[in-house]
Amino acid sequence: MKEEIIIAGFGGQGVLSMGKILAYSAIMQGLEVTWMPSYGPEMRGGTANVCVIISDRKISSPIITRYDTAIILNQQSMDKFEKSVKEGGLLVYDPSGITRMPERKDIRICSIDAIEIAAELGNAKVYNMAVLGAYLKMKPLMEMENVQKGLEKSIPSRYGDLILKNREAIEKGMERVKSISDNI
Amino acid sequence: MTEKILLKGNEAIALSAIRNGVDGYFGYPITPQSEVMETLMKEKPWETTGMVVLQAESELSSINMVYGGACCGKKVMTSSSSPGISLMAEGISYIAGAELPCVIVDVMRGGPGLGTIQPSQSDYFQAVKGGGHGDYHCIVLAPASPQDMYDFVDWGFDLAFKYRNPVMILADGIIGQLMEKVEMHPVKPRRTDEEILRDAPWATVGKPASRARNVITSLSLDANTQEEFNRKLLVKYGKIKENEVKYIGYRTEDAEYLFVAFGCSARICEAATDMLREEGIKAGLLRPVTLYPFPEKEISRLAGQVKSMMSIELSLGQMVEDVRLAADGRCPVGFYGRQGGNIFTPEEIVSEFKKFNNIA
Repeated sequence: MKEEIIIAGFGGQGVLSMGKILAYSAIMQGLEVTWMPSYGPEMRGGTANVCVIISDRKISSPIITRYDTAIILNQQSMDKFEKSVKEGGLLVYDPSGITRMPERKDIRICSIDAIEIAAELGNAKVYNMAVLGAYLKMKPLMEMENVQKGLEKSIPSRYGDLILKNREAIEKGMERVKSISDNI
Repeated sequence: MTEKILLKGNEAIALSAIRNGVDGYFGYPITPQSEVMETLMKEKPWETTGMVVLQAESELSSINMVYGGACCGKKVMTSSSSPGISLMAEGISYIAGAELPCVIVDVMRGGPGLGTIQPSQSDYFQAVKGGGHGDYHCIVLAPASPQDMYDFVDWGFDLAFKYRNPVMILADGIIGQLMEKVEMHPVKPRRTDEEILRDAPWATVGKPASRARNVITSLSLDANTQEEFNRKLLVKYGKIKENEVKYIGYRTEDAEYLFVAFGCSARICEAATDMLREEGIKAGLLRPVTLYPFPEKEISRLAGQVKSMMSIELSLGQMVEDVRLAADGRCPVGFYGRQGGNIFTPEEIVSEFKKFNNIA
């Protein structure tokens, strides 16, 4: 098993921490993982992205250009990464940041209104976890028990409430994810 | 029982320093290695192990604080990135000239000049061939993962004290920023004063009546004395070359073609090697883990086995010179590199490999 993921959006949307929680969950499941962020001037007010590779074997190159899954949170990232999803792969996006819908016909596409979920839960910070929930539903590679452990590892225990809120956001994301095209 | 946690390479350096009994870290922030000091400041080791963490006013100060701490037999280190290492070059030469142990981490970014903050491997010459003035070498270790970053701090100090020589951990922006699972080995306490007396009898820790004064200097105005010292260094470097070369061969046993690459490039070449093998092309990879001493014997041996070699680097071609020296004309040696913070992909390496070897 090898899953190569790009998570891309604006700085501040929680792209890097979503990747980190996903990576920690994979470790808790006994898998190998690499997390490679874009860093540099493009992070300031611009796009931020992170590549996460999850595998049951040792991972060689952390640098990849084609992805099994793209999680897209703004238009710039859609323009950049829609074409990089492998045939038969998965694209998850938040429609609120998108002006042009994805057009690929050879991949699975689904959307998640994560802003709505974050608003319902009264905490903008859990936005990224709603998106993660949508991904975890579409690609059930991780057991919830390990995702919970991943959350606990990533968030200091003094923020116990936040761990709970994040968990709720993940669950709501799993419930609300919408398949846009499932023609493959 | 070892603890496994998710760490950036830079964070691994910091936690390893605390857990391996380092006495002092002196540094100045610079991308892409600022997390080293950030992590140390967050962990506050001065409250637990008593380790000193100090942000100096410049890289010059940092390296000279390292010089001072090393004189006292302490395990001291600094970290920086390319332009900062250039500023430290004078101090590193003095430390080598005074035969003092220390660990210097360079998380390379693109240059020359201020260059870019993106990853690069273009400080190979600087790290391996000198950097500062005079006939000296640092021992240079090239990590390829956060786990290596964690492990090489302790290994680096072992080598530094064994040979009384500065050790450089030559990483790059990718290895510094990449997050992976790291096994945290059990804690090693800081050395006691008695242990310093035992392990570093040359240290300037106050003169007891039982021995003559310890003098630490890199100055000897007399030509013969200086020459004698240079020859002593040569003998030391000979021992280092004899005993400390480390490399990892990947699918080299039956290889007909060889990649030579270090650090992040080695990982990308490992993927390229697998891709070529899937096509039935017998590629292999030699990853030098020590860049000084360089695995010249192994490369020389493989030069008799393979049809060609390629040195793959994030530079205009630096290590390739040492690969050519080691291969000594016994097989063609090619080069492919990217610069400016751009990073090659495994597919790109495969395509360049085929071009060089005229394989359709």
